[in-house]
Amino acid sequence: MMGAFAAATAALLVCMAMTLVRSILGPTVFDRVLAVNSFGTKTVLLIAVYGFLSGRPEFLDLALVYALMNFIGTIAVMKFTRFNDLAGMEENDEEVY
Amino acid sequence: MAPQLAVILLWAFLVAGSIFLLIGGIGLLRMPDFYSRIHPAGITDTLGAWLVLIGLMFASASWLVTVKLVMLLIFLFITSPLSSHALAKAAYLRGLRPMLGHQLEREAADD
Amino acid sequence: MRSAVALFLVLAALWLLNSGHYGPLMLFFCVGSCLFVVVLSRRMGVADEEGMPVHLALRAAAYLPWLLKEIVVSNIDVAKRVLRPGKLRISPRIIETPTTQHSDLGRVIFANSITLTPGTISIQVRGSHITVHALADEVADGLLGGEMDRRVTRLEGPAR
Repeated sequence: MMGAFAAATAALLVCMAMTLVRSILGPTVFDRVLAVNSFGTKTVLLIAVYGFLSGRPEFLDLALVYALMNFIGTIAVMKFTRFNDLAGMEENDEEVY
Repeated sequence: MAPQLAVILLWAFLVAGSIFLLIGGIGLLRMPDFYSRIHPAGITDTLGAWLVLIGLMFASASWLVTVKLVMLLIFLFITSPLSSHALAKAAYLRGLRPMLGHQLEREAADD
Repeated sequence: MRSAVALFLVLAALWLLNSGHYGPLMLFFCVGSCLFVVVLSRRMGVADEEGMPVHLALRAAAYLPWLLKEIVVSNIDVAKRVLRPGKLRISPRIIETPTTQHSDLGRVIFANSITLTPGTISIQVRGSHITVHALADEVADGLLGGEMDRRVTRLEGPAR
């Protein structure tokens, strides 16, 4: 059973390395944010799988919190790149661009 | 459930999930432009993540752990399309134009 | 009112499952905090049919299996395209797909379903049209065939 967790952890780490390469290569800021968002999803999975690997499923609470932060973070960065302002309103978007 | 069956299912789901995660990673590197890269990232977020989480359910010792895995699953189900859409819309409104099919063919002809 | 009750039940379930402590003081905190959030949501006007679509629950049970099947099929399709050695077999297209839903909630469900299936991403919802980026011609034609649109409209139910 531990072997399955170890295999999944290894796959996740390889996958995260590939995502990091994409976030370094870019070329646009959106590619980077996409890579970081995808990296965050994999981090959530890594925390969950590692919790099982080390026999401490309480790690799942951390995974839940990380999933929330990852989502909010992506939305915040996207809002900032779109309006240059975190308080921008949705109604303005046709006028701004 | 018989313990052996649970272990077999655990292996099957985790390996299948890992394969889809890796395909998503490869796609993220191979695809030519930003919009086409969102699709493989979607593979990781949907099937890859779900299969891994479902696999972990077979290894959970208590039902509370299973419930938390289900919560993670539902949460990913709701948020992953939202963040993909936010990214695509932000890029589109910023004026980033996708590379379309005929452009790809022209590039291939230039090589 | 039904939405507020449903919101309270969901919040209480989340609280109880995540805490794991069931002493009287903790239960008091649970009820107190959930009620507080429900009151706040009602004042913000988000605890309505749009925020807590309980009336869709039964029809969603018919829609979800189809959506999951669709997600698995399109995942495998995109995975094949990614793994194909040599030149990638993709020809991205931007299409405008019409929607037949009559409420914002229905259109949100449709746009989210489009994004959930890899191969298609909803970029923008404008009026009754959704701008979609599709990875290949076959994927775009599949979406324009309109089966997902019909199913979401059925999920949404009759206009009120």
